[in-house]
Amino acid sequence: MNIEVPVMAEVTAKGQQPEYLFWVGCAGAFDDRYKKVARAFAKILHHLNISYAVLGKEETCTGDPARRAGNEMLYQMQALTNINTFTTYNVKKILTICPHCYNIFKNDYPDLGGKYEVIHYTQFLQSFIDSGKLKIKSDKFNDKLITFHDPCYLGRANGEYNAPRTVLNAIRATKVEMKRSKSFALCCGAGGGQMFKEAEKGNKEVFIERTEDALETKANIIATACPFCMTMLTDGLKYKNKEEEIFNYDIAELVVMAMGW
Amino acid sequence: MLKQIVFIVISTLSFGMLFYSFFKIYKYLKLTKPFKIRHLGKRIAVTLNVAIFQTKILRRPVIGLLHALVFWGFCVILFGSLEMMLDGFSGNEKSFSVLGIVYKIFIVSGDIFAFIIFFAIIIFLARRTVLKVKRFSGIEMKHKSHVDANIALSLILFLMVSLIGMNTFSALMIPEEAKSLYPLSSYLSNILNITDSETIKSGYEINWWSHISLIFIFMNVLPYSKHFHVFMSVPNVFFSRLEPLGKLPNMDNITKEVKSMMNPETAFAEPTEPPAEIERFGVKDCEDVTWKNYLDSLSCTQCGRCTASCPANITGKKLSPRKIMIDLRARMKEKAPHLLKEGETFSDNKSLIKDYIFTEEIWACTTCNACAQECPVNINHPEMIVFMRRYLVMEESAAPAMLNVMFTNIENNGAPWQFSSEDRMLWAKDLTTN
Repeated sequence: MNIEVPVMAEVTAKGQQPEYLFWVGCAGAFDDRYKKVARAFAKILHHLNISYAVLGKEETCTGDPARRAGNEMLYQMQALTNINTFTTYNVKKILTICPHCYNIFKNDYPDLGGKYEVIHYTQFLQSFIDSGKLKIKSDKFNDKLITFHDPCYLGRANGEYNAPRTVLNAIRATKVEMKRSKSFALCCGAGGGQMFKEAEKGNKEVFIERTEDALETKANIIATACPFCMTMLTDGLKYKNKEEEIFNYDIAELVVMAMGW
Repeated sequence: MLKQIVFIVISTLSFGMLFYSFFKIYKYLKLTKPFKIRHLGKRIAVTLNVAIFQTKILRRPVIGLLHALVFWGFCVILFGSLEMMLDGFSGNEKSFSVLGIVYKIFIVSGDIFAFIIFFAIIIFLARRTVLKVKRFSGIEMKHKSHVDANIALSLILFLMVSLIGMNTFSALMIPEEAKSLYPLSSYLSNILNITDSETIKSGYEINWWSHISLIFIFMNVLPYSKHFHVFMSVPNVFFSRLEPLGKLPNMDNITKEVKSMMNPETAFAEPTEPPAEIERFGVKDCEDVTWKNYLDSLSCTQCGRCTASCPANITGKKLSPRKIMIDLRARMKEKAPHLLKEGETFSDNKSLIKDYIFTEEIWACTTCNACAQECPVNINHPEMIVFMRRYLVMEESAAPAMLNVMFTNIENNGAPWQFSSEDRMLWAKDLTTN
């Protein structure tokens, strides 16, 4: 069955007001690997019968990478542009897949007058699992060992450690924690603008250090919930020549695979 | 009477010096930028949680518990120190004993804590000098830092020795059945087994004067030591940022500018009011920080939990969050006296950035907030790092080349990568499901 992802301008032109704005983010739109995560989440929204729309061509960077890199001017131009768009479409609730987008909407936009209910997709799925509206009955991952890498901007930045674990625990598989997890988790190395530059001189790459934490657990699947973490840990698996035996999936992809969607 | 006079002279001098040190710091704080504090209730809650119950230092449970015991012990022993001050001024002995059972509880637990702190300090000293725990080393940990730490710990050790000495001789002065007031020191008094009352009296006096002198020395060393956290950590926790770690402070002066740029009516209009005094964007030097940033640097006791959890530092990069705090405090100490004397225009052709903190450190941060999460006294290092990046980017256009490419991409295409916004829906093409 085909899924048409609803676009805000078209939906509102028909006089409809979607409940949620699904913020795809630059990685969801342009990163080849992460596009699959955006597609997975769109499938979930479709199956859960959610009233939503995306901004499509009207979406523009939240300004987060600029802000963390010190370019406050550029950040505020992006933010105020987005706030104008949200006002135009009367956006009240925003669903994000990227924790960096989630954080900046939730914590930084209110200072510029943009106040919304911001929901990370793991929190969204958690509420459906808690209320029993999403039941994952599948033996697909029964023999798998899954470890979860906490994204800094979901975890430490916003104190959300349970939502991703609730979703993972709804999938039948064995779970294992890395030695550094939750508030003690080690960063993947890509935050604060690092995604877009070479690392400073050191004796190791951060993503290798973190990949080693994941490999130590002997997990077959490394679950992530952030586009930057995904790039970093997938690179780490390649660096360690493990990409044939250990796989890095986003939690949204695991849900879709388990549901057979 | 003579004792009283000597005490009053010494204590007046000591408190006078302490007041002078604090007054100087107050003047330094006034050189910095504002930081708003609201939400008294939440502040009391965070102080109880982080400072009084020591929840963040307990994230490392074993050594954290030792520190918590030292902290709680200090709180109890402070009661006895206040009594000593009162005794010294009034010429009385054991002024607080009128408090009855409350007094007994403080004295009994104070005696036990004196021994606990004594052994804890020995362990702390051993971790620094014998075990050489990695956390206490790093490029910013100079010889001076280690001497400073060892002096502070030794002073506490001698404070406890003299307190135990006082308690031991006190136990010798009281009848056998009352000795439970000093549950541990009374064992020492039994071993000493001195009966001559003159010897007991002078033994007590020697320890009393040693203890009170050490208190006066310790409190006057603290403002110049990394151990200043004894005074500053509780206030620093009280003034903590209460927002989630992911939030950064907004730059309101830029909001004004951007809003007028985006509004077609004001964008090309002549300015109606004369431009306000041009403020520097971000942090270049010590006077650009908020008073809370400076308070952070005064509260840092260089424990290194931040640096030990920093992904950049773990992987051998130059960045060490602890160094940012040490550098800020040192730079303020260097520059502030001149700023106060010669006015805001003073320049020594040096600055916090470049002369203390190198751009290589500033650009190595992933803003993961592990340092801020670990800091037992709620110091926020990433905020300082982003403030310095703001200066480098907006005042000097000195971002690494690849970040400039990212900025240009966002400006031109609305994405950090070079993709056209026309292609923003390609991800959703031919999406099918079962």
